[in-house]
Amino acid sequence: MEIAVALATGIVTGCSVYLVLSRHLIRVAIGFVLFSTAANIAIFLSGRLGPMAPPVVEAGAGALAADAANPLPQALVLTAIVIGFGLVAFTLVLLLKGFIRLGTVDADDLRETDRPDNAPAAVRPAEPRREAA
Amino acid sequence: MITSVLLPIGLGAAATVAAMAMPPRLAMPFATMVAAAAFVLLLWAVPQVAGGAAITASFWGVPSLGITGGLSLDGLSLLFALLITGIGALVFLYAGSYLHDDPRRSRFAAIVLMFMTAMLGAVMADDVVTLFIFWELTSLASFFLVGFDHEKATARRAALQALLVTGGGGLALLAGLVLVAAAAGTTAISGIIAAREAVLAAPAAEAAMILVIIGCFAKSAQVPLHFWLPNAMAAPTPVSAYLHSATMVKLGVYLLARLNPVYLEHDLWQGVLTWFGLATALTGAFLALRETDLKRVLAYTTVTGLGTLVMLIGIPPALSATAAIVFLLVHAFYKAALFLVAGIVDHETGMRDASALGGLARVMPITALGAVLAALSMAGLPPFVGFVAKELVYEAKLESGDAAGLLVAGGFLVNAAMVAIAGVLSFRLFFARPRPTPKAPHDPGWAMMTGPLVLGILGLLAGGIPSLFGSWLVNPAAAALLGESVRVDLALWHGFSPLLVLSIATVAMGVGLYLAWERLGLVLRSLRQLDRFGPARAYDRVLGALVPAAARVTGMVQHGSLRDYLRTLFLVASLGALITLAFRGGISLPSVEAGWPDPRIFVPILLIAGAVAAVLARTLIAAIMASGLVGFATAVLFLVNGAPDLAFTQFAVETLFVVILAATLVRLPLRGRLPRSPRDRWIDASIAGCAGGAMTLLLLAVLATPFDPRLSVWFGAESVPAAHGRNVVNVILVDFRALDTLGEITVLALAAIAVLAVLRSIRGETRA
Repeated sequence: MEIAVALATGIVTGCSVYLVLSRHLIRVAIGFVLFSTAANIAIFLSGRLGPMAPPVVEAGAGALAADAANPLPQALVLTAIVIGFGLVAFTLVLLLKGFIRLGTVDADDLRETDRPDNAPAAVRPAEPRREAA
Repeated sequence: MITSVLLPIGLGAAATVAAMAMPPRLAMPFATMVAAAAFVLLLWAVPQVAGGAAITASFWGVPSLGITGGLSLDGLSLLFALLITGIGALVFLYAGSYLHDDPRRSRFAAIVLMFMTAMLGAVMADDVVTLFIFWELTSLASFFLVGFDHEKATARRAALQALLVTGGGGLALLAGLVLVAAAAGTTAISGIIAAREAVLAAPAAEAAMILVIIGCFAKSAQVPLHFWLPNAMAAPTPVSAYLHSATMVKLGVYLLARLNPVYLEHDLWQGVLTWFGLATALTGAFLALRETDLKRVLAYTTVTGLGTLVMLIGIPPALSATAAIVFLLVHAFYKAALFLVAGIVDHETGMRDASALGGLARVMPITALGAVLAALSMAGLPPFVGFVAKELVYEAKLESGDAAGLLVAGGFLVNAAMVAIAGVLSFRLFFARPRPTPKAPHDPGWAMMTGPLVLGILGLLAGGIPSLFGSWLVNPAAAALLGESVRVDLALWHGFSPLLVLSIATVAMGVGLYLAWERLGLVLRSLRQLDRFGPARAYDRVLGALVPAAARVTGMVQHGSLRDYLRTLFLVASLGALITLAFRGGISLPSVEAGWPDPRIFVPILLIAGAVAAVLARTLIAAIMASGLVGFATAVLFLVNGAPDLAFTQFAVETLFVVILAATLVRLPLRGRLPRSPRDRWIDASIAGCAGGAMTLLLLAVLATPFDPRLSVWFGAESVPAAHGRNVVNVILVDFRALDTLGEITVLALAAIAVLAVLRSIRGETRA
């Protein structure tokens, strides 16, 4: 079971990277979602799978039962899911803004804005020139 | 007496700040007084230092790094410090008139005061780190002052050149000093000298020595790094007189002298210093004869002087230390005086071409007097101290053993050239046939005249009573060069000796060169073609190639393509993981457990199906649905492995994600595929394969190691007694890692605010 999940995590990671490298920015965003999911599963898996019982201490007992699930990765992943969601939400509005401002969702078109000749004059680096002695 | 060490530096630093805020009218008189006060304070220390006792103090230090931060005032430091403050005071006085209505006088005074303070710190430092910091500060000050007329392209270029050459040398020096300090086990210069055996026996001893020499050569304009100094004449003349003849350029000489006790018996040290020094002296003399611009002539004679000093440090000791110190003093006196005179001539006549000027003594008699005094000292005629210096230099060379003949011959040529140039700068300029000038010249005010006259008279006095200078200043300083006390009685008259013959021959040859000066200059200028092979051209080539190369590298690294950045990122990360796993033996192939498969196996199958579908989806909607499938499969994975909290969070987030994505997609073009080229597809697939493989192998490696349950067990055991909560995951989040959770909430809140801000700006934009 654990091995199967490890394999699946690798495949989800590979697929997410392939999507992140696409030209269409929405696919890139989907790739990010899948990538953070894969990362979450990897953390969860590192704490080992197996027990079905949630990590809740029985009423009256002083400590967690030995057959309960590992609580530590759950705590880590819980916040990671929420943070990942925040990241994706922000990425999506940036995409929206980028589309409205630049009129494109093609990652290869975004590059044009980085060229010095497209920058406003105030931030354009000075041309290197040699002065006469 | 500690005041003689700390007070001048403290005073200079405070005055730098004060001068900046001062009205221009007051800045120069104020700076003059500060320099004069520092000079008097230092003069106070002469008797004690001449008695052989160095004054030490400390004002900072980083003991944990072994940096002592000590200051020490011995004979050599004191001699330099007196020159720095004394000439400084005269230069400030002069500059007040020279820049009479310049609105930038406050800035000028502040930078020169900063320079003076840094110089004092550098020559008093008994700690290589302190020395290096002050050393670099002087380069910075020089940069600002050479580029003082920053609206001129030549000034900017000269400033950058001076900074790059001395700063590059500074890097070499830093490396050398670090090696030396590491070998000695201390950063204190006195400690390094005491540990000279260890320094010389260290494995990189030679490398350290050469690096230090490169740093000193760059600073002191030795061949082949001499070319920046004449260009630095773009600075205002008072700066040229102060930084680029009397003080800063001698800092390299100072450090060579300071470290001489460590290396003085080393053959390589002696050889490099002697021959590079001689080559520099000859190059300077040759180029000085070629120039007609007063300041450039003086700059090249300064190169000659610096070369002579370096050569004298290199010549095996005996008289050479005394000769070096006397020559240092003499050179500072006459060269500063001549620079100031050149400034006066430039200021009064509006030109500074030596070949087109003449007969100025009629209209500027007092300036002529100053020029003649300094020039006689430069020519090495009795009774000036320049004569004492020249005799000593000849004597040191004659005593230097095997190479004596060559050194004396070289020195003869150099000295004859100096006699000729001294003649041009005094007799030709002031007594030859008068020529027309753009302005009608007359003697300037007393403020500008004081400097040349005081320095000229000092040259005469020091020559007249050399024994006084010898015992108070020269011998204590020469002692620092050798690491043992020195007692050489200086005298003007040595009797009839081969030295005297040599002196007379030098003057005769010099007079001959003087008479032929104009024709000689023409011949030398016709050889300018040779400059093509000079180091100045090499500097231009390197700099010319550097800027385009930097632009190319920047273009390569900062190419601006999002996909290429991401490709690089993923490739490096996954290859890094794979290579580490391979080399650390972390790759472990699992043993497949026999028996009936777990019914939960459908979960990973769903994950794989969803991910593959997302990649293969032809439309965006299909891709979003496929990614939703991965999310829900993940939630199920959590649910069936004892993590219901995670499962519910995942469900909620997945739902929200679809809602937000749908809301976004309303505004975005859904149609229109953007297919990658087949080549891109291959590259991306390979990178994706690497990333996926790395992830799986990493997880398998984790699974192969025995599980360490300590933390989990601790949380499970402490949850109820310590935090009174039974849901261990919640307890971890809100109790044990409460601050982390607070941080995460903050991040999320910030993300929400940022989303809101962007959405608002979109609304504003679409309305407008």
